Amino acid sequence: MTEQEVIELIDSSLAEEFELERAEMTPEANIYEDLGLDSLDTVDMVIVLEGAFKFKIREEESVRAIRTLGDIHQFVLTKVAENS
Amino acid sequence: MALEPVVITGAGVISALGHSLETLTSALLRGESGVRYVPELEHVGGLRSRVAALVDGIDPKQIPRRFRRSMSRMSMYAYLASVQALEMGAFPEEYLANGRTGVIIGSTLGSTETSERFFADYFTDHSLERMRSGLFFQLMGHSCAANVAQSLGITGRVLAPASACATSCQAVGYAYEQIAFGRQDAILCGGADEFHPLTVATFDILHAASTAYNEDPQQASRPFDAARDGVVCGEGSGVLLLESKKSALQRGAPILAEVVGFATTSDTSSIANPDVNAMYTCMRLALEDAGIEAHELEYANAHATSTMQGDIAEVQALAQLFGDKVPVSSFKGHLGHTLAASGAIELGATVAMMRRGEIAATRNLHTIDPQCSGVSLLQRNLQISPKYVLKNNFAMGGINCTIILRSYTHD
Repeated sequence: MTEQEVIELIDSSLAEEFELERAEMTPEANIYEDLGLDSLDTVDMVIVLEGAFKFKIREEESVRAIRTLGDIHQFVLTKVAENS
Repeated sequence: MALEPVVITGAGVISALGHSLETLTSALLRGESGVRYVPELEHVGGLRSRVAALVDGIDPKQIPRRFRRSMSRMSMYAYLASVQALEMGAFPEEYLANGRTGVIIGSTLGSTETSERFFADYFTDHSLERMRSGLFFQLMGHSCAANVAQSLGITGRVLAPASACATSCQAVGYAYEQIAFGRQDAILCGGADEFHPLTVATFDILHAASTAYNEDPQQASRPFDAARDGVVCGEGSGVLLLESKKSALQRGAPILAEVVGFATTSDTSSIANPDVNAMYTCMRLALEDAGIEAHELEYANAHATSTMQGDIAEVQALAQLFGDKVPVSSFKGHLGHTLAASGAIELGATVAMMRRGEIAATRNLHTIDPQCSGVSLLQRNLQISPKYVLKNNFAMGGINCTIILRSYTHD
């Protein structure tokens, strides 16, 4: 997958799961303050990403540091690169 | 201590015959049926019944995702009915979070549909890695009550009675007692259930589901009729807003009726079969609670689910109570059996009919079963505005429940 394809899969998966407007899904968007997610949603976010990319990230410490959509993009891109 | 008089100031309904009390009441008075053929039941091995009364036209997205994610369909129904009840009662938003407003809403089970979906996935590889955070909140026994409280910001008592078909009748009774005792000022009370083939199967294996009218679904539910052959399952939610009369008068709320009596008893003769004397005892206790005699009743809304045994037992108990002096009907010929929702849906419709001055006859009651003789069963709508009304609900597990209502006059 290209970087753009990875980002598109992240955004489309999260948009569907959390009913987000794509226009609001900028890399700078804070997932809590701007996108309105909460702690329960972050549990589901991990499941959605694991399902979309077929990796396991639940135990990853760095997941907890995620604050923005851009953080998610970078995190997933790194994981995808590690696994390729 | 003096007990607080308790009144009904709002009601909400999600049903196969409409998504408001007014819509439902009009449909009942017109004698409409919400029952239809359900093709998905063809695919359940061993199931003979193919009919049900299902709710249509609910858009889940009208409920904010933040609240919806922990709701199964039954909680959505309960939420929407609760919103209607608060709106009808013009209930002030600031009262919701004062700790004096509560929720008592129950269901037969947690969501069976959600449970099936989860286990269908789980059994593929016995993995919990795909389990969503909202799953438990849809499965828990107090899902409807908790979801209503959470989504509406209600901070008082939250209870979830679970007594199958008597659930919402008990919920109204328990709300009545808590308000009468001064512990809460207002309570959203009722029940909800969602359709699932398992529910139909529960009745079918006991030979208590309708199977003879699969090709003519609107004839399938026929309480007291000689040609009845069992329950038709329904779904939906009924929620009443009960309030202390003092609170209602202080805020100038519209008062729809008073709740003046309640009893719930356990029939230990059988976990499945009804007992006439146990039903009679429950109704007697409710009348004692109301401080009235049976002859003062002017209408009784029966549980009458269209089963052979249940209808006969209830008629015999009613006959023992007041003979043929009081008109009796059941709304399950129209709506099927909405299970945990039935008590509150039928109470709400009864209240609306008391106010309209017209009581709906039992749909499909063409030939009264000779074994259901001895009481005055309505085969045509009756133009009356009854003062005292009795409402029954009886459940598997030996749970009996009766509510007594009194009409309210603004004087």
